[in-house]
Amino acid sequence: MAMLNIDHDSQRFRDIVKGRVRRELRRFMSSKELIGKQGDQLVSIPVQEIGIPKLRYGKNEKQGGIGQGDGEPGEASGEPGEGQQAGDQPADHLLEVEFTVDELAELIGEELELPRIEPRGQRESNAKRARYKGISLKGPESLRHGRRTFRQALMRNISAGGYNPKNPRIIPIREDRRYRHFEMEEEPRSACVVLYMMDVSGSMGQAQKDIVRSQVFWIDAWLRHHYEGFEARFLIHDAAAREVDRDTFFRTRESGGTLISTAYELCQTIIERDYPVSEWNIYPFHFSDGDNATTKDNERCVQIVRDGLLPVSNQFSYAQVDSPYGSGRFLKVLQEHFGDEAGVAISRVTDKDGIMDSIKELLGKGR
Amino acid sequence: MSLPPERFVGESRNLPPELEAARQEITQLARGRGLDFFDTVFVMCTWEEINMLAAYEGFPVRYPHWRWGMEYLRMQKSYEYGLHKIYEMVINTNPSYAYLLDNNLVVDQKLVMAHVLGHVDFFKNNVWFSPTNRKMLDEMANHAARIRRHMDRHGETVVEQFIDVCLSLDNLIDPYAAHIKRHRAGAQRTLLETPSEGEVETPRIQTRDYMDRHINPPAFLESQRLRREADNARMQGVPERPERDVLGFLTDHAQLSHWQRDVLAIIRDEAVYFAPQGQTKIMNEGWATFWHTQMMTQEILGDHEVVDYCDHHSGTVLQQPGQLNPYKMGVELFRHIEMRWNKGRFGQDWLDCTSEEERRRWDQGAGATSPDKTGKTAGAQKVFAVRETHNDVTFLDTFLTADFCRAQGFFTTKKDPRTGRWIIDSREFALVKSQLLSHLASRGTPRVYVVDGNHAGRMELRLQHRHDGLDIQLQWAEQVLGNLAKVWSRPVHLETQVDGAAVLLSHDGAAMTRSSPGADAENAVAEAGAARGTA
Repeated sequence: MAMLNIDHDSQRFRDIVKGRVRRELRRFMSSKELIGKQGDQLVSIPVQEIGIPKLRYGKNEKQGGIGQGDGEPGEASGEPGEGQQAGDQPADHLLEVEFTVDELAELIGEELELPRIEPRGQRESNAKRARYKGISLKGPESLRHGRRTFRQALMRNISAGGYNPKNPRIIPIREDRRYRHFEMEEEPRSACVVLYMMDVSGSMGQAQKDIVRSQVFWIDAWLRHHYEGFEARFLIHDAAAREVDRDTFFRTRESGGTLISTAYELCQTIIERDYPVSEWNIYPFHFSDGDNATTKDNERCVQIVRDGLLPVSNQFSYAQVDSPYGSGRFLKVLQEHFGDEAGVAISRVTDKDGIMDSIKELLGKGR
Repeated sequence: MSLPPERFVGESRNLPPELEAARQEITQLARGRGLDFFDTVFVMCTWEEINMLAAYEGFPVRYPHWRWGMEYLRMQKSYEYGLHKIYEMVINTNPSYAYLLDNNLVVDQKLVMAHVLGHVDFFKNNVWFSPTNRKMLDEMANHAARIRRHMDRHGETVVEQFIDVCLSLDNLIDPYAAHIKRHRAGAQRTLLETPSEGEVETPRIQTRDYMDRHINPPAFLESQRLRREADNARMQGVPERPERDVLGFLTDHAQLSHWQRDVLAIIRDEAVYFAPQGQTKIMNEGWATFWHTQMMTQEILGDHEVVDYCDHHSGTVLQQPGQLNPYKMGVELFRHIEMRWNKGRFGQDWLDCTSEEERRRWDQGAGATSPDKTGKTAGAQKVFAVRETHNDVTFLDTFLTADFCRAQGFFTTKKDPRTGRWIIDSREFALVKSQLLSHLASRGTPRVYVVDGNHAGRMELRLQHRHDGLDIQLQWAEQVLGNLAKVWSRPVHLETQVDGAAVLLSHDGAAMTRSSPGADAENAVAEAGAARGTA
């Protein structure tokens, strides 16, 4: 019964809902349910059913209700059900509508007016495909282009004066034959690697980590949306850094001191080892509460970013989450050194309502 | 895209042999019991299909609109969560189509068939359904084709948004229109009197003084004046008397483009078609249940099916504490009527009888034999007669008795002002009955009439809400009036009452304002005075 048009109507409804979700995106952004989902996985978002306003009687508490069953006057009667009580309120039913993470990424891009990312250079251009690009005089019969062949025969006939419109007989000969012609084409494929570094030291509380995870989720969704070849690496650090898998990154609880430079060093090592700069778009992201252990280490960080990371990266991003502990000085350090650098994005998140704006700051440069 | 409905109920959808046999048996039984129905085609559907059909209100081809999609999503979800399951769906057409869910038990299918034939008998014989279009399957497909054409030409979004506007007004129809010939003035009518209230103000294009004679040359002003006069003449005294069919009035008189008028007419057609189903919900369900219970328990059920039947039947007539179930209410009242007429419990003697004892034993024995050749008892004849002429309101008003109320345990409820919880208020018959009827009425639409199509001589639309104790929902009224203003393309006004005080709600297309009609008149006078003062 595919003849029913319900798919079309459902799509219309989804389109309308999408617009509403987009406007209320901030509400969903910090939702924990999203974390850990990827790409074409579905996310249910509760949306209000759309009511068509009609002239109706209002709710009138004085009017009372009607019921049926046992009981003495004065005893509890049970709540009046729907349709029972006069006048329905404007639709307050919730309906779960499912979106893919990709769709949400698209929505967030629209809502934040994020620029589309221009992949840097044509890297890793190794994908080759055959494409039919023209017509040739030679070729296998299976690729013969019937219409072009016929047209050629017609032209020849007319120019030779042998064409009779009353009795059009066109017989293609060998020279009329035309064939489809293909060429091997190199398709530019843009590859991208994102290195997420998260500070999991003792001063990063649960609230801070949740904010970071929400941010990572959305950044991940957005960048993934733009690159066909997408890789993500996850690094956590306290006083020492190590690489973890995605799952651990999203769930881990560590504690200890903070040496940010360890993470930057590890990041640099990974890039040098696995991602030749000529083939990859590289995005290091660092999330921290900015409470580094020593001034000396701050200097070390600046040095690594300047000499090791910036030259190879599309953009180096740092987001600092406010935390009740610690100085948060690291933000200032980076701002002093890289405030004017085009390849560096620095953002501060005060609380979870700030996630949207922070993402805008981090991704708004379109690099 | 869409194929005609005949394709949908194609040959591949024959019932499996067991159900076909059941269908024939049940059809015969139902005819034997005096039910008189259109031919009914049963179509097997998967739950996905049945959800689609339910979203489309039973008609496989409807015009494109997002709300079908929303309904479908809602039903898919609640079905997936096991919250609800549609047992039966049948549409009022000739032949009638009913849909069976293919993974239901056979006993369920039998129940649905018996139930559905009750509905179709009701569709065919109840007088409120008599003016409905029995070829609605074709008509709906026709509507869909027309709306698609408008969408192709003017854009899907534009047309869909106009449909939204029309739907918001689609309960402002006259539910009795099809039964009574009313005189509605057509769009082109000649008038005996022309407006004489002074000179008609001529609309001119706003401009600077020195440009005025170029921008508003005399010929242009004259044409504007004539147009305004013609408009005024056309709408003067229209409608002649208050008009309840607001949608019909708009179709005739609103300044709409061709496609808009067509869309409005389509929405009105469909609203009129569905109106009787809202008017007879309790009766219709009650009647179908009345017959399926009799046929199932007396004839159809096999021994092995009894338990499943009881389980599912009790689900449909389940009494939630403190709530009313239309199936239950309807079927009990029909049974009560049959019993009364079989035992002769009606008429003056019965009403005059005050002895409890005598009333309890009252039986004039009309239940055993048929008074005429039909073979039906007096009670059976009565219920058939009732199903022919009544709607829910008259049904309850006429047949709800104190005995019935007591037997069914009806009570009124109120919110305890102290605890905020709902408690039983009273079991007194008069209170229960009036409460019940007022509820029935309040589920319906406030009675709204067009009283003036040329309000204040400015082509504004004035409506009147005949207030009957319940206020309208203001939040929605604002949006509805806004939509009315869109269709009318001039400001609209609605007279109503809020908390006992007369109120005039006005909408100019941008926002709603609220004034009391008296103050409005005073203001107008004051303004006029001020205007004279400055002039």
